Amino acid sequence: MNASIREQFPILNQEINGHPLVYLDSAATSQKPRAVIDAVKHYYEWENANVHRGVHTLGSRATDAYEGAREKLARFINAKSTEEIIFTRGTTTAINLVASSYARSVCGPGDEIVLTEMEHHSNLIPWQQAAIAVGATLKYIPLQPDGTITLEDVEKTVTPNTKVVAIGYVSNVMGVVHPVKEIAEIAHRNGAVISVDGAQSTPHMKIDVQDLDCDFYALSGHKMCAPTGIGALYGKKALLEQMEPIEFGGEMINDVGLYESNWKDLPWKFEGGTPIIAGAVGLGAAIDFLQDVGMDEIERHESRLAAYAMNRLAELDGFKLYGPAVREVGLITFNLGDVHPHDVATVLDAQGVAIRAGHHCCQPLMRWLKVSSTARASFYLYNTEEDVDRLISALIQTKEYFGDAT
Amino acid sequence: MQLDDLYRRVIMDHYKNPRNQGMFEDGHVTINLNNPTCGDRISLQLKVEDGVVQDAKYTGEGCSISISSASMMTEAVKGKSVQEAEELAGRFSSLMKGETVEFDEYEDIEALSGVNKFPARIKCATLAWNALRKGIEGKEEKS
Repeated sequence: MNASIREQFPILNQEINGHPLVYLDSAATSQKPRAVIDAVKHYYEWENANVHRGVHTLGSRATDAYEGAREKLARFINAKSTEEIIFTRGTTTAINLVASSYARSVCGPGDEIVLTEMEHHSNLIPWQQAAIAVGATLKYIPLQPDGTITLEDVEKTVTPNTKVVAIGYVSNVMGVVHPVKEIAEIAHRNGAVISVDGAQSTPHMKIDVQDLDCDFYALSGHKMCAPTGIGALYGKKALLEQMEPIEFGGEMINDVGLYESNWKDLPWKFEGGTPIIAGAVGLGAAIDFLQDVGMDEIERHESRLAAYAMNRLAELDGFKLYGPAVREVGLITFNLGDVHPHDVATVLDAQGVAIRAGHHCCQPLMRWLKVSSTARASFYLYNTEEDVDRLISALIQTKEYFGDAT
Repeated sequence: MQLDDLYRRVIMDHYKNPRNQGMFEDGHVTINLNNPTCGDRISLQLKVEDGVVQDAKYTGEGCSISISSASMMTEAVKGKSVQEAEELAGRFSSLMKGETVEFDEYEDIEALSGVNKFPARIKCATLAWNALRKGIEGKEEKS
């Protein structure tokens, strides 16, 4: 990875508690490159207006910027058309749209929604709520000890009663990459749709929704260098067309009567109210930035970094790793002896190293792992081997600081 | 940022040798609280008779700050009247806001004063005290 990449992220050029910042919490949210910050600034300084309404010049500029971002995203994940891209606040809202609109309309008592125990709360609770509302059943694909799942188990869990298979592409705790394409094939063979939580995959690898043959795919902008508050749902056009909106008002309206109304065409029928225009502009700029670097290059860089980190972490005594021994993505979840992850994170922070500690919005997975919480270091394109070295030396100091607790 | 402000020796002592851990055999009011952002949890049991906290025990999982805070809190409230315990919880809140508060009768608690310099950790320190407050309120409702 070109060393100049890091320099494009202004926030990384600062000291935290007297040490140069090492940011290892990109799975929570990524940092933003200058290009994205500038695009949002430029939008507000030169283009800001409401979209799809104004006949004035700024209105056209804002609309072009907003719809231009949709085109960029459609190409980025290889959707067939921009009609299949619905802007949302993020992954959570996107999944809630599928669960509230699609799942509740197609599922009834006796129908099944299939998940795994390692889903992020955002890809678990919307389905729980849908299942409760319509009397459907939740089923869980069993996990192997390293957090992977087998296609054999998928075959056993998915049945002709299954209406939706909802799964995260990459686990935000275990760093597992699930065989989504194969799971999609099993789902389709049983007459079910597959809804993919792409929060942790989209920033790190090349995504082709047509090749994966997923029916729905949710993503967040803020984990892929874009601002917070913007994300998207991809859905196959035929499915989106049969779905009803869950938010009504403003931009999604076609014709309104006193007692009945109807909606705009795709994708706007799902985008009620004034959308997150500057966020979409920022997402478009983030996609340009990521594509300039190259998704293949980002993937290679992260897996090299993860391999390096795994080797170096093996030097530490009392280090407990969660997830598979070989990493495809730069995300490592661990515990350090008996030192509580909170204490690890605080001691690391004192040395300028930012990691995550807690349950990572995966409480069922924490119970499955039989821990209350874990520490997690997650890498992105701006991280370097030097960052890994800083992590290791900070962890060694943590062990020393807590002495016999480790 | 001085780590030693946070991890005073007395805190590490309470963390490694927590006082009042366990559960009473007979059924007492149990307050279960968790910190939803991090997964720390505490189950606190209070033995309250005649308006006095006769005994307190707890079990739970947590970091050094939450465990030592629970250890200190249970030590401090034993033998205190409900009003005194409530007043103690109030003083602990002030301590977390960075005010200078003295806990003459149980000065270990003052070691937690450094937590206010670590805003992300205040929730860890207050978990046990929030459980105490809940427990006392429950008791008062009953009587």
